[in-house]
Amino acid sequence: MAKKVALLQGNEACAYGALYAGCSFFGGYPITPSTEVAEVLARELPKTGGKFIQMEDEIGAMASVLGAALTGVKALTASSGPGISLKQELIGYACIAEIPCVIVNVMRGGPSTGMPTGPSQSDIMQARWGTHGDHAAIAVAPASCQEIFSETVRAFNLAETYRMPVQILLDEINGHMRERIELPEPGDLEVVDRQAPPVSPDQYLPYDPSFGDVPPLAAFGSEYRFHVTGLNKAADGFPTTKAKLVDAEERRQIRKVEANRDQIEKNEEYMVDDAEILIVAIGTISRSARHAVNELRKQGQKVGLFRPITLWPFPERRIAELAGQVKVIIVPEMNLGQMILEVERVIKGACALHGIGRVDGEPISPSQIMDKVKEVY
Amino acid sequence: MSKRYEIRFSGAGGQGLITAGIILAEAASIVENQYAVQSQSYGPEARGGASKSEVIISDSPIDYPKATLVDACLALTQEAADKYVDTIKPGGLLLLDTDFVKRPPAGDFKIYRFPIINTAKNDIGRAIVANVVALGAMVALTGIVKRESGEKAVLSRVPEAFVELNKKAYNAGYERVKAILG
Repeated sequence: MAKKVALLQGNEACAYGALYAGCSFFGGYPITPSTEVAEVLARELPKTGGKFIQMEDEIGAMASVLGAALTGVKALTASSGPGISLKQELIGYACIAEIPCVIVNVMRGGPSTGMPTGPSQSDIMQARWGTHGDHAAIAVAPASCQEIFSETVRAFNLAETYRMPVQILLDEINGHMRERIELPEPGDLEVVDRQAPPVSPDQYLPYDPSFGDVPPLAAFGSEYRFHVTGLNKAADGFPTTKAKLVDAEERRQIRKVEANRDQIEKNEEYMVDDAEILIVAIGTISRSARHAVNELRKQGQKVGLFRPITLWPFPERRIAELAGQVKVIIVPEMNLGQMILEVERVIKGACALHGIGRVDGEPISPSQIMDKVKEVY
Repeated sequence: MSKRYEIRFSGAGGQGLITAGIILAEAASIVENQYAVQSQSYGPEARGGASKSEVIISDSPIDYPKATLVDACLALTQEAADKYVDTIKPGGLLLLDTDFVKRPPAGDFKIYRFPIINTAKNDIGRAIVANVVALGAMVALTGIVKRESGEKAVLSRVPEAFVELNKKAYNAGYERVKAILG
């Protein structure tokens, strides 16, 4: 049978992807350009016994998501820059208490309330370092509506697999644009569900490192009773200041992502095999770059595109490899130079590096990228 | 070689131009199985202010989702006509509302005009369907989707009680432009 198709907005595709993944709780506070995620879930969640709650503000929304996620359900919130800034304290809480959840950030200009209806990619670094303290981070940055659906499903899988918050970065353009998508049937995409602890309630420790870097999370409120805190904690979940325990705990939480980069990282490479010029771009701007690559190839220029789909952890090994092959890397991004800092860090001067930054509320166009290529190479 | 065709619906916020773009994208991608992307830009105002909706239609996957050089543009207000005509492809098409764009912009494009909003108001009886009149007109002007595909997409979006109204509006726009094209 032919697949069901629909013309969906990116934000709508995100909401349907969350439902496909088994999300049954949304706690949010409306904000342009993310509101359609909440609108779809406010309509759809109650139909299947899920819960939608509009909280008093973004902080409350994030708190509700953590509470729901602890009880064993898959929980989502969606916001934009100003709201994501407010959520940072609780995103840090999710990191240290190891609470799986998914946070959508449909990026708009900033800082502060910035430009609500303009596109932006200026939260790239916030997605990595927005909350204080050492912590691992996973963020995905899909480009098309179809990919927004599938990456939302994957974001939930990553959250459950690594027991941590995962961010989905969209922007005003791909959040609001509509494309035809094929709606996957159950079973078409992998869905990872949380596993119950393999021990009885009286033996359960919520952060027991003998299970490996990702200890199983029991449902809070069930017969498994445990303590949750934002303080550094021992295996039993109670606060500790013992140097050895704190150090081991902090390192385990970084390692659970670092040691699994191969499972987490996902990139797309387009015409890179013989490329002398490499464009590194994410989300909507990767689509401008792809257009530019196609046009420049017609003119005989050896240009390729590298597109991180997993933005964090940053695909440093592959970019470093490609820096040894190409002569120039160009990083177009809708901010004044964020991802380029990461590229600069990993290529260690192996090739020339140029950025294109734009913050006027308009996307970087294919011709802007083509002009830059001609200017530098 | 891929064939990329870009259409822009422009006017004022509240005229239903985003909806017109969505319906055209549905006609192309759901009814006809072409590739289509619809996007929009708008100000923070819910009503008024220049508003545009863009649809890219292609026979292959679409990379850049926004307009680069517009093949066909609709403008329902003077402000939109003045603001958005600068990216029309040389030799492209521009459809204007005769009553609301008194000063047609100059440029290397073919201008077509008829009273779009007043056709909806006077001939169909409801100004609110001006966007559907405009959609029918743009389908006739561009030929980018079949007449029936556009109509099917319009009708699949409207409640039963408004089917006849919208059918009339769509076909009025289509016929007006066909008559102009001769």
